[in-house]
Amino acid sequence: MLEVRGLTKSYGALRASDGIDFEVREGETHAVIGSNGAGKTTFISQLAGDLRPDAGRIVFAGEDVTQLRAPRRARMGLARSFQITSVYNEFSALDNVALAVQARSGHSFRFWRDARRDPKLREPAHRLLDEVGLGARAAVLAANMSHGEHRQLEVAMALALEPRLLLLDEPMAGMGAEESQRMIGFLRTLKGRYSIVLVEHDMDAVFRLADRISVLVYGRVIATGAPEAIRASAEVRAAYLGEES
Amino acid sequence: MTRGALFWIVVTIVLAALPPVASALGQPFYIDLARRMMILAIAATSLNLILGYGGMVSFGHAAYLGLGAYAVGILGFYGVTSGWAQWPVAIVACAVAAAAIGAVSIRTSGIYFIMITLAFTQMLYYLGISLELFGGDDGMRLRSRSTFSGLLDLGNAVSFYYLCLALMLLAVYVTYRIVNSRFGMVLRATKSNEARSRAIGFSPYRYRLTAFVIAGAMCGLAGALYANHTNYITPGLASWVQSGDLMFMVILGGMASTAGPLLGAFALLIAEEILKGWTEHWQVILGPLLVLSVIFFKRGLAGIFHA
Amino acid sequence: MTWALVFEQLLNGLQYGVMLFLMAAGLTLVLGIMNLVNLAHGSLYMVGAYLAVAGTQATGSYAAGVALGFAGTLVVGMAMELVALRPLYGRDHLDQVLVTFGLILFFNELIAIIWGRGSLYTSLPTWLQGHVNLFTGSRYPVYRLVVLAVGLAVAALLWYVVTRTRLGMLIRAGATNRTMVAALGINIRLLYTVVFGFGAALAGLAGLMAGPIYAVQPGMGELILIQVFVVIVIGGIGSIRGALVGAIIVGVVDTLGRAFLRPLLATMISAPAAEAAGPALASMLIYLLMAVVLAARPAGLFQSR
Repeated sequence: MLEVRGLTKSYGALRASDGIDFEVREGETHAVIGSNGAGKTTFISQLAGDLRPDAGRIVFAGEDVTQLRAPRRARMGLARSFQITSVYNEFSALDNVALAVQARSGHSFRFWRDARRDPKLREPAHRLLDEVGLGARAAVLAANMSHGEHRQLEVAMALALEPRLLLLDEPMAGMGAEESQRMIGFLRTLKGRYSIVLVEHDMDAVFRLADRISVLVYGRVIATGAPEAIRASAEVRAAYLGEES
Repeated sequence: MTRGALFWIVVTIVLAALPPVASALGQPFYIDLARRMMILAIAATSLNLILGYGGMVSFGHAAYLGLGAYAVGILGFYGVTSGWAQWPVAIVACAVAAAAIGAVSIRTSGIYFIMITLAFTQMLYYLGISLELFGGDDGMRLRSRSTFSGLLDLGNAVSFYYLCLALMLLAVYVTYRIVNSRFGMVLRATKSNEARSRAIGFSPYRYRLTAFVIAGAMCGLAGALYANHTNYITPGLASWVQSGDLMFMVILGGMASTAGPLLGAFALLIAEEILKGWTEHWQVILGPLLVLSVIFFKRGLAGIFHA
Repeated sequence: MTWALVFEQLLNGLQYGVMLFLMAAGLTLVLGIMNLVNLAHGSLYMVGAYLAVAGTQATGSYAAGVALGFAGTLVVGMAMELVALRPLYGRDHLDQVLVTFGLILFFNELIAIIWGRGSLYTSLPTWLQGHVNLFTGSRYPVYRLVVLAVGLAVAALLWYVVTRTRLGMLIRAGATNRTMVAALGINIRLLYTVVFGFGAALAGLAGLMAGPIYAVQPGMGELILIQVFVVIVIGGIGSIRGALVGAIIVGVVDTLGRAFLRPLLATMISAPAAEAAGPALASMLIYLLMAVVLAARPAGLFQSR
């Protein structure tokens, strides 16, 4: 589904991405772990299309998307959630998801009909909110929602795009233990239905969700493999796991 | 009935009743003033679309006021006095100009966008000044007001007034439909959170440019009306002081609201009239007043009416 | 159209360019470091011109006028920053635009109240009057050469400060990454005040030098300000080098365009058409140039970020 070859991005003398090779098979959940400063954000930004790599290729569903920018990739089915919550604060939860549904359904050069009363947008939005567990909060303004609810909202918006690949950037960030468990439970229901790139610090989540794990250190992937193999790898321990939980 | 609908019904009744009342009281001046307010309200409504709803700080919107006016004036100069020809030309010319200016400007953002829109407006202003044939700096009188095959006489203050009222209500209604449509939602979403909009697949540029063109065209209509209102065209219509006035109307009235532009136009014109009555140097008072209103009173008048 | 004439206009263009640079340097720093859109920058230019003229007329001494213009603008600038601009730091650009627009109305009217709406007459001391003979054979005003020299000297001084001093390093750092500089514990408020004072002083200098050459009247600030915007857009926000390059380009293109476009057009199309189109096109020239630069480099020639 996703194939990355030789991805390189430098900021002056700093190599944030140093020739990264990475791939995601269809239906696979491939986690990316690494300490802060390892280059995870830069990597995700390049996958999403917000950052242009200096070198390398990104192939998504058979098409070379390296030169395409984020909106194009989103329309091709590459959905992402943000590490720092990014929703439409002035709009309700329903409006938020409805906008994502609208983005999916072709161009938006329609100038007359009231979009807020369009069942073709409202109904899918309601269903998605139910699916992530926000069904009861549809009318609430995003600005008035809790942090955990924002994370759920982001996932709902990503799903609204009927994606082929989900880029989840630390979906558990800032969540308490109970909320994290619920999110993990929900993400488990997505496993297999979508191809997922999961960037996370929460090791519990990573080991419960991932089919494969790649370890990023100073911009390079030092190991890729099944969770058990990664857990057992001495090299990985030394470089990364030893510092974390 | 919603508060918004009630507001507009009241406004329509009041404005419709104004000419007979003013005539009865022997104060035709107010017909003139209200007409000017409504024309500027159309211009402010168009700016509200891109500024209030779209978040595009365009400091050059008065360019279209000037361009629309000059379209009427220049066509009239060459003998084309029919409004049926002049006004569509004004609207289309402004749409084209907006498309050209927007194509270059909208690729930029933030401070650049403000300065660039200002610069392009100034360019049109200088163009207007350099056209000696049409009066240059001083501008020129209209050969005649726009004619409409005898259906409407714009020389009749009251008929013209009701035309402006009708067009203003139309402009407000059209804008209302646009901002609540799918297109409007994208525009507002892009203002609210551009990164999020790009992430779900909206390319901001095309929507912003379209809104910019629509706003320019609508303001061109206001320009055509203004030329007929003053019976005169001058490059000053495209000046940045005029642009600033329009922005203030949008902000004072309340951004991203349908009532805002009209309320803002009303407030600004009334303030000007009152201050002018006190001193010829009224701008020295208006300036600080505007400053204070921005610092302390950001939500605008429409916030009071919740319209 | 002789070479002597072209050279003379070139000098005019350079002289106008350095004046644009004085304005642009201050404004681009304020924009880049403080993220503040200050439309009233032109008003400081106007204040400089008026105070210089008033000072000279009151005391009869040109030097006193210059001193008053320079120092007075600095004071007015600091007052402006303290009273009207401090509340605007961190607020969105729209607010800044509206507030500084209100300031423009205020200053223009205040000047009109004190000195009237007409142009003020300025006089030069004898040692600045007169002409010199250029190598081309034509004669050129001494004063304009002095302005050019002063402008270049200031450019050199700025270059020295920005590239060789600690303050300059802070300025460059602030232009590229404001939050980082604050995070490093530098007193941002003080830096802002210094930068703004810099800008105000330069604007005042440009204003007091402008008096004898250009019309001193209310609203003179806005005329030059918009061209300063073009300079900054071409040069890139936050870049002094960009301001210099942009200013020279804009100054020369504008001056040469106004002088030679009509005669040039007349050789290609009919004289009456050139008569009409020439001045119109000349006045639009720098804006078209700006559009072209933007198409290629949306962040200006010397982007600092």
